[in-house]
Amino acid sequence: MKHRVVITGMGIICPLGHSVAQMWEGLMAGKNGMGYNTLFDASTFPTQFDAEVRDYDISRFVKNAQPHIAGNRGSQFVVGAAAQACKQARIDIETDRPADGIDRRRMGVYLGAGEGSVNNDAFFQSLIDSWIEEKQQPDWNLWVKSATSKMTPIQELEQEPSMPAAHVALLTGARGVSRSCLTACAASTQAVGEAAMLVRYGKADVMIAGGCHSMIHPLGVTGFNRLTALSTRNDSPQTASRPFSATRDGFVLGEGAAIVVLETLESAQKRNAPILAEVIGFGSSSDAFRVTDMHEDARGAVQALRRALDDAGLTVNDIDYISTHGTSTSENDSIETKAIKTVFGPQAYKIPCSSPKSQFGHLIGATGCAELITCIMAIQENTLPPTMNLNEPDPELDLDYVPNKPRKTPVNIALDESFGFGGQNNVVIIKRYTQRV
Amino acid sequence: MQRRVVITGVGAVSPLGLTSDQMWQGLLEGRCGLGPIRNFDASAFDCNIAGEVPPFNIRDYVPKSHRKATKLMSRDIELAVAASHEAVKNSGLISKADEGKTPTLIPQRTAINYGAGLIACDLAEMAQSVRLCVTDGKFDIRKWGSEGMKTLTPLWLLKYLPNMLPCHVAIIHDIQGPSNTITCGDASSYLAVSEAAEMIIRGDVETALAGGGETRINPIGIARQYLMKRANCSSNDNPAAACRPFDANAAGTIFSEAAGTLVLEDMQTARNRGASMLAELVGWGASHSLNPDYTHLEPDGKAITYAIDMAMQQAGITPDKLDLIIPCGTGIPSDDKAEAIGIQNAIGASADVVPVWPTKSLLGHSGAAAGTLDMIVAALAIHTGKTGKAVNFDSPTKDCKLNLLRQPLNKPLNYVLCCGYSFGGQCAAVILKAIKD
Repeated sequence: MKHRVVITGMGIICPLGHSVAQMWEGLMAGKNGMGYNTLFDASTFPTQFDAEVRDYDISRFVKNAQPHIAGNRGSQFVVGAAAQACKQARIDIETDRPADGIDRRRMGVYLGAGEGSVNNDAFFQSLIDSWIEEKQQPDWNLWVKSATSKMTPIQELEQEPSMPAAHVALLTGARGVSRSCLTACAASTQAVGEAAMLVRYGKADVMIAGGCHSMIHPLGVTGFNRLTALSTRNDSPQTASRPFSATRDGFVLGEGAAIVVLETLESAQKRNAPILAEVIGFGSSSDAFRVTDMHEDARGAVQALRRALDDAGLTVNDIDYISTHGTSTSENDSIETKAIKTVFGPQAYKIPCSSPKSQFGHLIGATGCAELITCIMAIQENTLPPTMNLNEPDPELDLDYVPNKPRKTPVNIALDESFGFGGQNNVVIIKRYTQRV
Repeated sequence: MQRRVVITGVGAVSPLGLTSDQMWQGLLEGRCGLGPIRNFDASAFDCNIAGEVPPFNIRDYVPKSHRKATKLMSRDIELAVAASHEAVKNSGLISKADEGKTPTLIPQRTAINYGAGLIACDLAEMAQSVRLCVTDGKFDIRKWGSEGMKTLTPLWLLKYLPNMLPCHVAIIHDIQGPSNTITCGDASSYLAVSEAAEMIIRGDVETALAGGGETRINPIGIARQYLMKRANCSSNDNPAAACRPFDANAAGTIFSEAAGTLVLEDMQTARNRGASMLAELVGWGASHSLNPDYTHLEPDGKAITYAIDMAMQQAGITPDKLDLIIPCGTGIPSDDKAEAIGIQNAIGASADVVPVWPTKSLLGHSGAAAGTLDMIVAALAIHTGKTGKAVNFDSPTKDCKLNLLRQPLNKPLNYVLCCGYSFGGQCAAVILKAIKD
């Protein structure tokens, strides 16, 4: 038996704020979360700015922060996002005796969760302390003395990408299926999609799904800078994320966490939980092309889109809004546009598609679910978030990207797409909830 | 009619050899794959033994068209590529990797779902860059930003993304269906295989490669594990006796490197092409251990019980039907105790009877790969009607009532249960069944 899957709660910690309301207000007001890097000294890096979560205080969201304060930045954020989502979904947290009517063995966690930063003091200094000039390599016996004097077990453990889910499980008491995935920038879209499948096919009644990630640390920025994936517009961080613009030069690295509560319709109705939207389609694919580049004809993205439409039983005429991956890199925005045109044909020009990354940056593993939340809001508010900084259109990119200001328009069905390094493609389709299918 | 999922191919690289057959023979003979670390000079490390995979040349496992990309393979990726090479061959499918032959693997109807760990970067390579960034003996991040990072290869980051394990495998074999990377620590394999089976059942694909790969045999990987007090640091001079699952003298686990890949297929599809079927996947379950000491299982192993319950329920069997259990059995005393209690509570009186065969005393703990190795062992045990025995199990602890295998079995096995867990708390169980006409 297949269950209808509805969304009953959502929460977000992102560079535009620490709640869905703040994020949406920021999107509507044309604000952005960009600024110079305050997390480490990036003054000589090719990219010196980012989109940070500022002034985050986990104790605003939970009674007992103690089990979570050692968590990596992503884990800290995801606890706040999950707490918000559970509150909205009327799920009791931080209790051994929940009275919300959910059997904890039927409630699971599925995150697209990133790894934490290495312990930077230990990591870099130990390589210097152990370097043997004559041999031109480190001496591991010297290394281990230096490194282990600075490493702590908890900080090492908390780097593991399995840990954010551990925090969410402990917070919520979830005892059902727990999975986390890390498929680069597509991770939380995939997590939400697969979690929806677990609910649809009866492996769980409730899934707390989404993602979290922070790569705003020296090795993270180094990695993306070496790939020349980041914008280097150091003189203008506020306008650096400009998806689909002719002058785009890379993405702006963000961080954060986004969570949705997925639930069978029966469970939501039984508990009188608010129904925010319904998940009706999921599609996933692999480019199987190159480690470094997307397939030039977007074959993976095309297949993921078609799989999702097929899964939802929709045609190309049914989609009211596409929340793009829209990273502001030359490659992604071109190939993504090509994919939309290939799948939607002439209809592509009639479907507004925008990129909130122009405002909150690229939250990496967390980005897909953050954008899914903007889709939920678009449906609720019948308003589309804009693509900001789109002042110099790229002649090749000629879709309706909702440039520079939000748009009021009826939205019943929205599609969220995410693509990741390595050819990961994931698409989730949501719909305004109505009693009839 | 609901689809059924069978295993039609297996592949493994492990400390016991470069093929699943070598691993299997080693386990039957009781050969131990653990020994002094050769990968780097570990003599000053508290734990300096591990289970290393015998030397191999990755180029032997990669078709000409993908040879250049071997430069982008971290050790974890190499292991996954090698194991998947054997699995595809073993299944009788012809993939794009068999250059010059007509493939029978259908790209868009094949998925890949792989478990991966937190991949450690190559510290020796990193040191070459970090040493250039020193001021007064200390790491100077400004020099790193302006000079040091530029000496890293541009594609550096791509070697360490967990989804690059399945990404390379997907490119090599042209797998264009859904691709996921499960990052749930030591439970990753089970969860990846479970999800791959779900993809087949729900009709997304007919075939899936699923498994896991990981190495922790590098300076930071080994140091991390003994800082977390998971590694046995007292048996460096006696590797063969070092890992003692469920034994009263157990003092921690020994880490190893490995990858395992299963080819899963819809039973009808497998039959239609005349594939040989090793076993059927009939049940899987998962749960989350809730323990603020995230490094270890909760003392009553409740999540293990829940995961096994869920798997047995799906399989539609009672505990007395089980013919063999392959537990996680790490040799970490508190975890072994919790796991034993968890299994005992799941299967009740059958705990006295059902034989239990831990494999880590010979294979070591290969993290994200471990569960797949055990599922391969389970499939081969079913297929051959043989087992090895519990090695290093000399004196039972008083809490463990499990019936550890004192003597190898030689009889038909119908149902085999495998279970596993991770730091962070993810727990999982999978039940395999003999193929009957």
